[in-house]
Amino acid sequence: MQLRTEPFVLNIGPVHPSTHGVFRMRVTLDGEVVIDLEPVFGYLHRGVEKLAEERTYTGVVPLTDRLDYVASMSNNLGYVLAVEKLAGITVPERAEYLRIIMTELQRIANHLIAVGSFLNDCGAYFTPFLYMFRERERIVDLFDMVCGQRLLYNYMRPGGVSQDIPDEFMPALRKFLEQMPLFVEEYDRLLKENEILLARTKGVGILPAEMAINISASGPVLRASGVDWDLRKADPYSIYDRFSFDIPTGTNGDCYDRYRVRIEEMKQSLRIINQAVEQLPAGPIRSDVPHLIHPPVGEAYARVEAPKGELGFYLVSDNSIAPYRCHIRAPSLLNLTALREMMIGWKIQDLIVIFGSIDITMGEVDR
Amino acid sequence: MTVALSARDIAGQIKEHYPDAIIEAGDTTVSVKGESLHDVMTFLKETPGLDLNYLNHITAVDYYDYFEVIYLLTSLENNHSLVVKTRCYGRENLSLPSVVSIWRGADYQEREIFDLMGITFEGHPNMKRIVLWPGFEGHPQRKDYL
Repeated sequence: MQLRTEPFVLNIGPVHPSTHGVFRMRVTLDGEVVIDLEPVFGYLHRGVEKLAEERTYTGVVPLTDRLDYVASMSNNLGYVLAVEKLAGITVPERAEYLRIIMTELQRIANHLIAVGSFLNDCGAYFTPFLYMFRERERIVDLFDMVCGQRLLYNYMRPGGVSQDIPDEFMPALRKFLEQMPLFVEEYDRLLKENEILLARTKGVGILPAEMAINISASGPVLRASGVDWDLRKADPYSIYDRFSFDIPTGTNGDCYDRYRVRIEEMKQSLRIINQAVEQLPAGPIRSDVPHLIHPPVGEAYARVEAPKGELGFYLVSDNSIAPYRCHIRAPSLLNLTALREMMIGWKIQDLIVIFGSIDITMGEVDR
Repeated sequence: MTVALSARDIAGQIKEHYPDAIIEAGDTTVSVKGESLHDVMTFLKETPGLDLNYLNHITAVDYYDYFEVIYLLTSLENNHSLVVKTRCYGRENLSLPSVVSIWRGADYQEREIFDLMGITFEGHPNMKRIVLWPGFEGHPQRKDYL
């Protein structure tokens, strides 16, 4: 007797603990193997680009916080770089160094969440997650000291930063920089050669380099596929050309490589912060910028290497106090383009692992 | 540093193959006609020496009389970039050829431009709304929406 089987459509719905936000996948399954996948998003669309047309240039900065809400400092930096390019504003030295310190601390905080929740998806539940959040608390405490906020900082302004660091910041930062490498070593001791992690992630969800370039992937997803492209080295912005650091790349483009690239990037960020702290000069933290900025008519595109990839802001100005058009090039949206190809042929459990390894934030995907 | 290619040189090269595709060439920006977009983009990706194999982003801006669609292309090996612009005149029934067959990264971005600005891309395999729900009427990012 022939056993008759039918494909089955499963909706991994917008409300789900493993979808990293409100993301919906309509998965067609043959047994437990995925044969088709359709991502549906737009549940967090707030019309940020249209809202930006009705706020002053400085007033758009809090909107940019809420794009990738896990890495607000990078979003702020990308936007203010675009405004400064458009209006021809220069930034004092101290502000440049403070921006780099905050952005690299933010990169470490983002990768801690990314790796922590990736391991949660792999089945290690909350043990690595809690270990990594314990360190993230110290970074978030540092940010709290500087700007009073734990998550959505609104710290950078066109022309500099909004506040100088208080006296207790530097000792706390130095203590963090001393102790963090030991914690990263602890994560490696627990996880790098872990049998279960290797079995679940080695060779799973491979994104070949050719496809990664074709889908405009960026950030750790592109580098794990073996493409050596990091905006901090290829097209340096701010003062990144003054620091020495390496760009970690992977070889296979599987989930394990993406996890390793993030851990190595954390170590490189610590190197950059150490150098920035030694070179930090005294001086003003914001150049003289009028309250309402009137850039000349024109357009500008500025991009940063955000923790998730290339975050770009395209601004068009018509000499009024608000941007005429503000477009945000979101890395998470483009990294999702090949989701279907990465997941076909794998089982549901692998689907969750692959999705966690890409590391997206819905605030950016939907804007 | 990523070098911005001289648009006039590139425009000269494109004119040899596609004589009536170029509208104008600024310092870093090449403006092409909508109909020749697919040919010009294929030429830019496949010519050795240009190799513009990475599409950074596609944006659309509403300038009341026309919509301008801007493409930023980069070559990862040669580390240079180029901006290509095109225009759609009018407000209704706008369409451009899709570049999804050249760079798959255009997939979601073209759907978003269709959803929020109302420009259809011909040749796109899945021309549906992406951030707004099916059945939504109107294109919110246009200047005359509200």
